[in-house]
Amino acid sequence: MRLELKGITKRFPGVIANDHVDLVVEPGEVHGLLGENGAGKSTLMNILYGLYHADEGEILIDGEPVSFTGPGDAIAAGIGMVHQHFQLVGNFSVAENVVLGAEPMRGAGRYDRRAAEAAVAELSVRHGLPVDPAAIVEELPVGIQQRVEILKALYRDASLLILDEPTAVLTPQEADDLFVAVKGLQEAGRSIVFISHKLREHRSLADRISVLRRGRIVGTADPRTASDDMLAELMVGRPVDLVVSKGTAAPSEPVLQVTSLTVLDAAGQPRVDDVSLTVHRGEIVGIAGVEGNGQTELVRAITGLQKPTTGTVDMLGRDITSMSRREVLRSGVGHVPEDRTTEGLVGEFSVAENLMLDLWNAEPFAAHGVLRFDAIAAHAQEEALSFDIRTPDVHTRVSTLSGGNQQKVVVAREFSRENDLLVCSQPTRGVDVGSIEYIHARIVAQRDNGAAVLIVSSELDEVLALADRVAVLYRGQLRGPYAMPLAKDVVGQLMAGGDPAELELSPQETR
Amino acid sequence: MTTPVPTRRTPLRPELLTPVLAVLVALALGAVLVAVADEDTVSALGYFTSRPMDTLSAAWDAVSSAYAALFSGALGSSVALSETLVTATPLILAGLAVAVPFRAGLFNIGGEGQLLAGGAAAGFVGFTFHGLPLLVHLPLALLAALVAGGLVGAVPGVLKARTGAHEVITTIMINNIMGPVLLALLVTSLFQAPGRSDPISRSVASTARMPSPAGSDIRVDLGLLVALLAAVAVWWLIERSTLGFQIRAVGANATAAVTAGMSATRTTVLSMAIAGGLAGLGGAGMVLGASGQGAVTSSFSSGVGFDGITVALLGRGKAGGTVAAGLVFGALRAGGLRMQARTGTPVDLIVVIQALVILFIAAPRVIQSLFRIRANGSMGTTVAKGWGA
Repeated sequence: MRLELKGITKRFPGVIANDHVDLVVEPGEVHGLLGENGAGKSTLMNILYGLYHADEGEILIDGEPVSFTGPGDAIAAGIGMVHQHFQLVGNFSVAENVVLGAEPMRGAGRYDRRAAEAAVAELSVRHGLPVDPAAIVEELPVGIQQRVEILKALYRDASLLILDEPTAVLTPQEADDLFVAVKGLQEAGRSIVFISHKLREHRSLADRISVLRRGRIVGTADPRTASDDMLAELMVGRPVDLVVSKGTAAPSEPVLQVTSLTVLDAAGQPRVDDVSLTVHRGEIVGIAGVEGNGQTELVRAITGLQKPTTGTVDMLGRDITSMSRREVLRSGVGHVPEDRTTEGLVGEFSVAENLMLDLWNAEPFAAHGVLRFDAIAAHAQEEALSFDIRTPDVHTRVSTLSGGNQQKVVVAREFSRENDLLVCSQPTRGVDVGSIEYIHARIVAQRDNGAAVLIVSSELDEVLALADRVAVLYRGQLRGPYAMPLAKDVVGQLMAGGDPAELELSPQETR
Repeated sequence: MTTPVPTRRTPLRPELLTPVLAVLVALALGAVLVAVADEDTVSALGYFTSRPMDTLSAAWDAVSSAYAALFSGALGSSVALSETLVTATPLILAGLAVAVPFRAGLFNIGGEGQLLAGGAAAGFVGFTFHGLPLLVHLPLALLAALVAGGLVGAVPGVLKARTGAHEVITTIMINNIMGPVLLALLVTSLFQAPGRSDPISRSVASTARMPSPAGSDIRVDLGLLVALLAAVAVWWLIERSTLGFQIRAVGANATAAVTAGMSATRTTVLSMAIAGGLAGLGGAGMVLGASGQGAVTSSFSSGVGFDGITVALLGRGKAGGTVAAGLVFGALRAGGLRMQARTGTPVDLIVVIQALVILFIAAPRVIQSLFRIRANGSMGTTVAKGWGA
């Protein structure tokens, strides 16, 4: 299929999400769509998939203009989309999910399970996407669930496949498997639109890269010749420092000491399994791992949001395991929670209020139970300047800021206290490249100021760039930490459950 | 130096516009009901095709006379105005009792039970003690109402915080408990008036009654001042105090509030207890005030605790809005009685109008699309959140 978008424009109140976007996807081409969060990638793809209607412009398929009123039209025209958040029925089988909405029937309205499973098995073999058609979807790893999504599109005869941030939830190995499958689909003559904000992935997969910035196509690049710096600059609109510059760590006394920490879930299964870890003043320890391997529970237990089942958390020799969350925060722990919208910010509150959210009843923001608005506003002005928070003013609702600026609000708040320990979960998730650069520099500055820093991130590149020592969480168990430098594929294998002994790694407590 | 208040920066106009238009549209629909129920209009409708003006003029007569009576009954004289204020007083307090938990993300349906508890406690203090000066006796009775209502309000708060039981369910159940409990209390020797066999308490001593400054026709009493002071206190609590900051944070995003070190449990219990206290004060006013019988009866509340929900919804959960909404509904009710007496239009029309107002508030899109207001959807989502909490 040859897809052509001509002058696509989509306006939302106050913003132009897509501004006269022209894009051509040739048959059998993997077309990379690169852009920061909020650049308009998703809007463009939602228009193509019939979820939004463009205000201007037209969509041509093999030269014929088409008009979609819903995803049904797009699917009928041969367009398939794999969303970032899977649209699967968890307690249905693989085959049931794939055929859902177009079930093979036997007689009057009887679902033909055998025909469905046979069809899915055939499809899976033909495209090199191995799945067990009878398996229940919710019991499958994320990488396989993604295959089910792709098979769903293929079952409906998609000749153009949109993959929206497909690697965000995958281990490096699973991502490699996905790339192989995508190449296979390409050889079979299908076109692919590949959306990602990771430069490396575009370079290893795409035939051509279109860069979207603020709703406009700002350039098209050939991945064989374009450099990372050039692509990043196109994406952000200014030169970007992709490498975190930091000096050698000078670790001193231990600040955080986690001993034999175990957290069981409601079903009695260990989410965190006998984890011990020490983080020293002046070092950054990074914890890598595929999401859902116990990172959330480990961080919650360390920062006082959840009581561990067994084990202790000590800070500077003091047992903080049974302290309340407020006591933990006020005894010198800064915590950037993993999800800013649900945990980090009160969206309806102003920037100023969010900047003192965890000190709402403390000096200087309150006295005798009364809020002091002048102190709150003054503090906010100061932090907005020092953390480069781009906001019309500090009384603006925080939910109206961009993701990067929202994250800066959280980071500014947590970094502005006197901290001995900083715990940052996914510190740059959904944040634009410019803000990532900024937040990383701030984290290193905190280390150099003598804080002990713990970074938990599913972005392996981020962990490797920031950390002085790296550990991996796999099914609740901690492997490491190991001193940097570490080869990326070694950490990748640990993330997938590889055995540290076979990888010839020996744990090092300090270096 | 004046300092900007962060929460008050949101544009006020559409927020104010929707409730006002909701009231006007509800009145317009009420007018249709009046016309349809009018005999002259209906008989003129029989020959509508030949003489359409007859129908229209008959409808106009019916509607204009009904609404004129409604208006004069609400605001037309000092007595009318006084009746409006008397009716509005408990509505304001019951509305505040819904508004405070609302900001904490809780839906308090228990105003009625809390109000009954407050009224009974105030009445008990009122008729048990004698010989106290007014300046001691009345505040003591109000304090009793505050505490009793607060305790009844705190129960669902504790249940929610400790067990996760949904406050809508528990507050409704406590309403169902409080009615019969009051009835049972009223026939005990502790409460029952001597020589009576029906459920009515002894008479409240004059030193515990709400003083009414004006003459005998003007019934408005000190209770109005209590309600207005309570509204100011609620405004200060929510917008200015650290507790209010917690209440707002928990209401807007409980997870983020807990992550910031706040106690959602404590906030839930406190906001429900405060709500109960406010409803309790409302009940006290209905027993001790000029509008009451000077004694506790089994039906003294006449459902005002439930009306508080509609008042708070129209007032958008804000203190000032709740006062305004209480006055609007007070005017409709006081005027409605006059309308029924003068034109025969049943006072039930007011109930319908009140329900329509709330329908439009709960579904703001109807009003917004009718008048092409740019939707901000704030109220709709808040209502939904209250239920989903």
